[in-house]
Amino acid sequence: MALWVDKHRPNNLDKLDYHSDLSLHLKKLCASGDFPHMLVFGPPGSGKKTRIVAILRELFGPGSEKIKIDQRIFETPSKRKLELNIVSSNYHLEVNPSDVGMYDRVVVQDLLKEVAQTQQVDASAQKRFKVVVIHEADLLTRDAQAGLRRTMEKYMGNLRIIMCCNTTSKIIGPIQSRCLLVRIGAPTTPEICKVLHKVIKKEHCGPLPESLALRIAEDSGRNLRRAILMLETAKVQCHPFKENQEIPRMDWEDFIRQVMMTILRAQSPEQLQTVRGQLYELINHCIDPATILKTLAKELIEKVDGDEIKMKFAQEAAFYEHRLRTGQKAIFHLEAFVAKIMSVYKRHVMSMDM
Amino acid sequence: MSFFAKRQTAGGSSSAAAAATAAAAQKPWIEKYRPKTMDDISSQEQTVAVLKKTMESQNLPHLLFYGPPGTGKTSTILALARDIYGPEMIGSRVLELNASDERGIQVIREKVKNFARSTVTHNIGTTNCPPYKIIILDEADSMTSDAQSALRRTMETYSKLTRFCLICNYVTRIIDPLASRCAKFRFRPLEETHSKERLEMICRQEDVKISPEAVLNLIRVSEGDLRKAIMFLQSASRLVGKDAEISVEVIADIAGTVPESVIDDLEACWRTKDYKKIATEVQNVVADGHSAAKVLSQLHGRLLKNDALNSMQKAKIAEVFGDMDKALGDGADEQLQLLNMMTRVSVFAA
Repeated sequence: MALWVDKHRPNNLDKLDYHSDLSLHLKKLCASGDFPHMLVFGPPGSGKKTRIVAILRELFGPGSEKIKIDQRIFETPSKRKLELNIVSSNYHLEVNPSDVGMYDRVVVQDLLKEVAQTQQVDASAQKRFKVVVIHEADLLTRDAQAGLRRTMEKYMGNLRIIMCCNTTSKIIGPIQSRCLLVRIGAPTTPEICKVLHKVIKKEHCGPLPESLALRIAEDSGRNLRRAILMLETAKVQCHPFKENQEIPRMDWEDFIRQVMMTILRAQSPEQLQTVRGQLYELINHCIDPATILKTLAKELIEKVDGDEIKMKFAQEAAFYEHRLRTGQKAIFHLEAFVAKIMSVYKRHVMSMDM
Repeated sequence: MSFFAKRQTAGGSSSAAAAATAAAAQKPWIEKYRPKTMDDISSQEQTVAVLKKTMESQNLPHLLFYGPPGTGKTSTILALARDIYGPEMIGSRVLELNASDERGIQVIREKVKNFARSTVTHNIGTTNCPPYKIIILDEADSMTSDAQSALRRTMETYSKLTRFCLICNYVTRIIDPLASRCAKFRFRPLEETHSKERLEMICRQEDVKISPEAVLNLIRVSEGDLRKAIMFLQSASRLVGKDAEISVEVIADIAGTVPESVIDDLEACWRTKDYKKIATEVQNVVADGHSAAKVLSQLHGRLLKNDALNSMQKAKIAEVFGDMDKALGDGADEQLQLLNMMTRVSVFAA
């Protein structure tokens, strides 16, 4: 019983629902026999991985879907053992080197070189090269990225790299100049609606009211995966669909909304204490602190009135989010953000009263 | 030797030959058109002239090449090595280490030192090759400063037998004691005319149809980085197929430049103080997958040409841009940073 997201994932380039001119280009690229290194980027839920899988299938045929998972052990120069899961088929490997944190350079050096130095012996084989897919390439350390540079050039005959990331801001220039950049934008709201209807049709579960589809699409923030997951939850909750059915929200989102209310209700040290408890609760439930901060800021900005205060909140959010990334312990920065917001808000309210 | 050579030609079937041509066709153009000799290197006249002079005197100093990516640093040293040693000797006389090799202090102490201290004979066979070896340390700026310090004495002690060539993007990341032991050569971004010549040559050889405006656009988006330009050209030609002509749009698409209309919209937002408008605009930019760094650099380009702002405003906006670039480099969230930048700029620009 697979989730709808996986069940209805298109598995070749023709079946993709949007960005059809991009699909056409990719198809031509695969057909030409040559294939550059690729850097696929776009926001989450826009179909990056789906496209990568489709490209692999286009290149190597159905064989690329027979995958197995191995665990490989790498050893750092300081004799530390690192374990990393590798998904592989006969034609390609998928790794997520950022799993091993700061030791990702070792993985990149060892694994890629090993693949790169193995030549295809069979001259009649479809392709002379193997593809390595690197997920979350934007989390690679600079060292690891530097390690890729010459490998990408030197072993171009045996190896092609497809990198998958959310943003190119953190990919160093030399890597970008060695890759074909493929931007995958998020689907627009009408495109998401179309896909939702398609999924419902395939699942044979009754008509989906247009207004509900639209609401789900808008709520998902142009994230297709999220939209389909929301649709499935909605189906579990209430079937057949109703026009004005409530779209289920995540528990933690509701909780963050409560935090937001607490902040705006009163601004005092005691209140900050309460918020601290709530924030700890969120962190203990393994919600990414950056996500907490971002969602909280979004809720706050929605709630308050006046462009000036909204802007101020946005600026503070950006400032503390940056701190959060560079810092070590999340709670300090979350609390600092809350305290700052309280002070800004209080001043704002007081100036309004005057 | 001739025995082996003969057997290969006799035994080599047509299939092997076909495979070889297929491999050649698959070879990326950046490798295929890498300059083979010193004369092929374009745009870096001064460096090439100096290096040629030193080659004649059979005495090479330690070298330090620095400059932005894609300006021909690695190509130059490889071409130089080939010119000095010829194709047979290059394997045994040159050690190339780059960031993809382990290059901690251990490697410097063992591998580099051992290679550095082995002596070589003056003449082998007929070719007259100089009595020293070359160690190329590519991407030297990613070496730790410990590893760099370990090189200091090695470089001096074995300078009779070995020449070092350090290659890096940022000369500031090379520790001073190393830098002062080398002859420094700066590689400038390629001039437009040179890039154009080179690209047109490749287009002719590869039989690529491309409009003249697209070539200009290609040069503009690659910002003096010839490797980037050639890479884009090859990708573009693969994308559009053999017969179609490469247009300006295809180049813009591949290079990942943000469309001008998007930048226009963002710039227009500065004038309003409407939060909602700014927020939706930013949301769209992020959802379309444009990289915030790219948006920032393009906005920055616009900023200079914007006549509606006075110098003071421009200076303040530039400061905001600087903050954002730092934050992005640290890995901050793109959407929040864009929002922050836009709202702060709108205060100055209104």
